[in-house]
Amino acid sequence: MNSIRGRLIAILIGTTGLVWLLAAAWIYLSTQAQVEHVLDARLTEAARMVNSLLTDHRIELAMAEGENGETAAPIFDMGQPYERQLSCQIWSLDGQLVGRSSGAPDTRLTDATQGFSEATIAGETWRVYTVENPRLGVRVMVGDSLHVRDRLVGDVIKGLLLPATIVLPVLAGMIWLSVRRGLAPLSEMAGTLSSRDANDLRPLPSAGMPAEVAPAVNALNGLFRRVDEARERERNFTAFAAHELKTPLAGLKTQAQIALASGDGAVQANALRQIATGVDRTARLARQLLDLASLETGDGPARSAREDISVAIGTAVAEMKPLAAARNVAIEVEHVGGQPRLEVETHRISPALRNLLENAVNHSPEGARVRCRIHQNGGTVLVSVEDEGPGVTETELPRLTEKFFRGRNKSTTGSGLGLAIARTAVEQAGGELRLANRTPQGFVATLVLPV
Amino acid sequence: MRILVVEDDEMLLDGLTVGLGLAGFTVDPVSTCEDAHAALSAQRYDAVVLDLMLPDGSGLDVLETLRGARNATPVLLLTARDQVPDRIRGLDAGADDYVGKPFDLDELAARLRALVRRGAGRPTARLEWRGVVLDPAQLTSSHHGAALKLTRREFAVLRTLMERPAATVSRTALEEALYGWQEEVESNAVEVHVHHLRSKLGADFIKTVRGMGYRLAEEGA
Repeated sequence: MNSIRGRLIAILIGTTGLVWLLAAAWIYLSTQAQVEHVLDARLTEAARMVNSLLTDHRIELAMAEGENGETAAPIFDMGQPYERQLSCQIWSLDGQLVGRSSGAPDTRLTDATQGFSEATIAGETWRVYTVENPRLGVRVMVGDSLHVRDRLVGDVIKGLLLPATIVLPVLAGMIWLSVRRGLAPLSEMAGTLSSRDANDLRPLPSAGMPAEVAPAVNALNGLFRRVDEARERERNFTAFAAHELKTPLAGLKTQAQIALASGDGAVQANALRQIATGVDRTARLARQLLDLASLETGDGPARSAREDISVAIGTAVAEMKPLAAARNVAIEVEHVGGQPRLEVETHRISPALRNLLENAVNHSPEGARVRCRIHQNGGTVLVSVEDEGPGVTETELPRLTEKFFRGRNKSTTGSGLGLAIARTAVEQAGGELRLANRTPQGFVATLVLPV
Repeated sequence: MRILVVEDDEMLLDGLTVGLGLAGFTVDPVSTCEDAHAALSAQRYDAVVLDLMLPDGSGLDVLETLRGARNATPVLLLTARDQVPDRIRGLDAGADDYVGKPFDLDELAARLRALVRRGAGRPTARLEWRGVVLDPAQLTSSHHGAALKLTRREFAVLRTLMERPAATVSRTALEEALYGWQEEVESNAVEVHVHHLRSKLGADFIKTVRGMGYRLAEEGA
């Protein structure tokens, strides 16, 4: 059964019914014991009373008149209250029935000479108490049918169970109602959620929620908040990306219009050169936007692929060679103090390295060197990319990793995303990006990676 | 007409400088707020083209400083942020026009001409004086109905004079209208252009005011 309500109702009705049955059984047993005790006391009392009546000669016995035979035993009356239930026999010690009460059977009730005993006469079980009167030479036996006793106990139990058959359905109904009422906050919440629009991420009201539901509501509200924040980030990113794409597009269109409008060959050539550069830059911007989006959503290609840091650096440097050659910039890779052993996630570290190297090459003057140093320092591996470019001003330094921020000494192909990508990637890998100016000139970006 | 262009994107700045130059404007290009402030305090411009997102601040700051100094130079905001709220904010901050990127170069030039014209209080785009008609939009001119051939510089000198026909314009003001920062100004360049104009329009069309500059001769003189 998969419904809490159904389960609760079944459990509640089941246990209530069981408790009721156990109570009935308990009462049955204890009533039986009590009834036995009380009726036994009555038997004793009745036997003693008959005995004392005999002693006082208030009951006349057959044998007092002569040897009259068993069948002629006089029948006496034991009084109204006992008439139906109790039977009394008086036997002489030598085995003659000398008297009996009106409802008593003719056959001897018991073979016991004294005290309590049970006997079956004509299919009926009797409980009998026997008193011996040696002075009169008789035994007084008082008995009652156990059938009567059972009926008494049965009546008590019936009195208990009969109302239960009426009360139980009422009880079940009340249980059903209260369970429904108790679970109302849950169904209310489900109703609110299912009628909601996909964009409606308002928190659910948590005031007045029962303690059992409140954690679920709080968890849901937390989820709503996170989803909302993620969507807000995405919206901002999209809006920002659109703005940033509009500027190079405006540049391309303007240059194209100049090329079309101008009759001057030099002006046209310059405009076309600008267009070529602008297309490269816009293509790079598009690639970086994809890199950043894939890092932020965490679904880059081949996520599990890992490789050695030295291999990753080798690949990134090789990729950068054509750009460096075009700008007459040399890239040198240098291991300080041996080869560090570190496996890195390719989809994170490769874009970081590529952007750092690209930045360094783009900001280098003609004929300069870009140095990539790898250095293990205790629990971290440091990968630094140094250039001999103009560096940045101190006020720009903290803003460098902001998306789309471009400093004063910006390169013609920069998008303002490279360092943001590097930082996001390295932070996701558990590391850190450090940026600094070099003295006397240049800039250094360092990836600090945990081993 | 001399205008200041503030734009941090190199390719676009180059495009604006060359493109607006082709449309007859003299362009001073800058790419930061700081340079824009410096240029505006040193030079009088007929109009300013201003980007909003600059590396060292917002173009709105430049605009506020300009208006705070009671400078009424027409300002056209040129930006990628062209949603309605952005446009409203820009115009309310004192801008005279708002153009979103990407834009059409010819439209931008036309809007700039309109801004300058309105700033000078003239109702029409065409300039007329004693039978000479200048059309700054088409960069064409005529004299008593006949087409008049003028170089770019000659056209600029004549336009500057015809924009304020009764006023005397100093030689420095003419030089500023003709040459941007990046251009070399020869010491007698203005005299040469005026000489050529006189030979095309008659010696008495432009008068020399000794020690002051030049002005147009009055109607019927």
